[in-house]
Amino acid sequence: MNSERAAWTFVAPALVVLGVFLALPVCAALLLSFTDFDIYALASLDNLRFVGLANYVDVLRAPLFWKALANTVWFVVLALPLSLLTSLGAALLLNSPLARFKGLHRTALFAPVVTTVVAVAIVWRYLFHTRYGLINDVLGHLGIGPVDWLGDPHWAMPALVLFAVWKNFGYNMIILLAGLQAIPQDLYEAARIDGASAWRRFWHVTLPGLRPVLLLVAIITIAGYFQLFAEPYVMTRGEPEQSTVSVLYFMYEEGFKWWNLGRACAVAFLLFALILVVTRMLLRFVRTKEGA
Amino acid sequence: MSSFGMAGLARIAAWATMFALCSCAPAAHETTLKLWAFGPEGEAVGKLLPEFERAHPGVHVEVQNLPLTAMHEKLLTAFAGDALPDLCQLGNTWIPEFATLGALEPLQVYVDKSDVVRRDDYFAGIWDTNIVDSALYGVSWYVDTRLLFYRKDLLAAAGFDHAPRDWDEWRRAMAAIKQSQGADKYAIFLPLNEFEPLLNLAIQQSDPLLRDENTRGNFESEGFRRALDFYLEAFREHWAPPLSNIQVPNYADEFGKGYFAFYVTGPWNIGVFKQRLPAEVQGHWGTAPLPGANGPGGGAAGGSSFAIFRASKNKQLAWELVEFLSQMKQQQRFYSLTGDLPARRSAWDFVELETDEFTHAFRAQLELVKPMPKVPEWERIATEMQLAAERVVRGGESADAALRALDAKVDDEILAKRRALLARKVRQ
Repeated sequence: MNSERAAWTFVAPALVVLGVFLALPVCAALLLSFTDFDIYALASLDNLRFVGLANYVDVLRAPLFWKALANTVWFVVLALPLSLLTSLGAALLLNSPLARFKGLHRTALFAPVVTTVVAVAIVWRYLFHTRYGLINDVLGHLGIGPVDWLGDPHWAMPALVLFAVWKNFGYNMIILLAGLQAIPQDLYEAARIDGASAWRRFWHVTLPGLRPVLLLVAIITIAGYFQLFAEPYVMTRGEPEQSTVSVLYFMYEEGFKWWNLGRACAVAFLLFALILVVTRMLLRFVRTKEGA
Repeated sequence: MSSFGMAGLARIAAWATMFALCSCAPAAHETTLKLWAFGPEGEAVGKLLPEFERAHPGVHVEVQNLPLTAMHEKLLTAFAGDALPDLCQLGNTWIPEFATLGALEPLQVYVDKSDVVRRDDYFAGIWDTNIVDSALYGVSWYVDTRLLFYRKDLLAAAGFDHAPRDWDEWRRAMAAIKQSQGADKYAIFLPLNEFEPLLNLAIQQSDPLLRDENTRGNFESEGFRRALDFYLEAFREHWAPPLSNIQVPNYADEFGKGYFAFYVTGPWNIGVFKQRLPAEVQGHWGTAPLPGANGPGGGAAGGSSFAIFRASKNKQLAWELVEFLSQMKQQQRFYSLTGDLPARRSAWDFVELETDEFTHAFRAQLELVKPMPKVPEWERIATEMQLAAERVVRGGESADAALRALDAKVDDEILAKRRALLARKVRQ
């Protein structure tokens, strides 16, 4: 009994902080999503109308929301595998006994993660420049015509994917590196004695050993990538032809540009539900595979 | 090392003395007037204020500079949090929004008593931007309007000795420049993500942009269609590249290289081009009033006004500051500091403005400017308008379908609440 009270005392400060700064705003946002809170409601609460689920219906009926959702899913589908492969590749290289100056390389590869998006976006905008950009210059030498990276609705999202993968792979690389180092060396030794090739050692020792870490990394990355915002915000402002408007960017414009806070809250809860469903599905998929 | 130490010590001693002196100054009965302004204007206004403070002992004006991009959000959150300053620089397209919020003090009573702020000295279209539902909520500070910046040498090479005055001349000039410049250069740059060029062509028309007391879109009107057709023609004929301003990160550089010869933009670019265009282009560019269908057509009234917030406890004092900054002399000093064009005609009687040939076209166009529709939703509507135009240019949608969809979107989504609130007001 006494220890129970002590336990509550210990968690109380954290609970209060979470309550005030997390639970309360979330509940308020949920309530707001059932109203048409906008600039007129800000002027006088008489102009605030309770609209039930109308915001959700409106958002689900808005073509731009579906376009934003499609853009976001397209981004995740492109960026997730690319991001995981890049991180894994970089981690394997760093973990290789042949690698020299490991500390230096680790820092260099991690550097994009800690730089500010806005600053590197300026550099990348020049890299992507149709006429003077380094990327088109290299492609030109390979005989590939200039790509209008940020101006062509088909290429703008892949361009953002490249930027985002470059910006973020270092973070997952560090986690995967830790995972690699946790795999017992004697497993590799045993495999080598059994005559397993490097490829078979990777497939049968490294990958199974990394499985829990890879799952964690995938979930974090999916949740992060579904909340795509900074990259289109600084690189394209949702253009061209709204081909880089993500769900979160759509929410930002509704809320802070047009001040339709009710609708913006509805978008937030829809996105929350979506991320929840996708990560649950991923977990279930992995569990059934493990069970089999 | 030791000399550095000595210098450091001396500096600390100086600071300490200064601090001691400052803390002796009377602080108790001092009134602080809070003014929010955009970055460059805020910096410049700081240099005008000592004179005001000398004339008002015991008054201290605290200026807070905010970046233009953050100002709007900051003002709205400050309104919600009851933390607005006494007065502020308000972009004149924001006035309807803050008037709707009930955040602004009506100023007509102050103007009636004033012998500094006199309505007939202000450009009519500019003054009008301060009036919402027949109440006055602002006093114009400086003005802008978008007009034609052009390369004289490229125009001359294409066989024209003067800037186009109407759309026909403009068409011929663009076709000739494109012809003489070749396939990889263009006659004009109309950034596809900026609504201003199309808006300025559209506002020249006699059909209003919104109808039914600003509760419905009027984009299927004949006038708007005429403006859009002219705009689209520039892309169809390849006079304009189908690019956004993000794809042309350094427009001054491109203008200098002759990538385009016409650019529809505002007075801030006078300073930018003077500074950034290469020496061989200096003397070969100019400004001209925006051509209309038949002769100079005017454009949208832009710029900033002073607004006093209703929640201020020092409204009279705030008004005195507005009056001070509206004096002809202060308007002229402000122009010298920032290059922002004065809102009063009398302030244009100034040698610096007369000797700067680039400002003359602005002086002429300011007599013809019109305010944009005065509803809080306007910026969103203008953004949708541009998206519709972009869909036609880049996506190949037909102009008819794009305009029909635009009017429907404006009516059913953007202005629906405004219409409902107005209907409720009428019923009451």
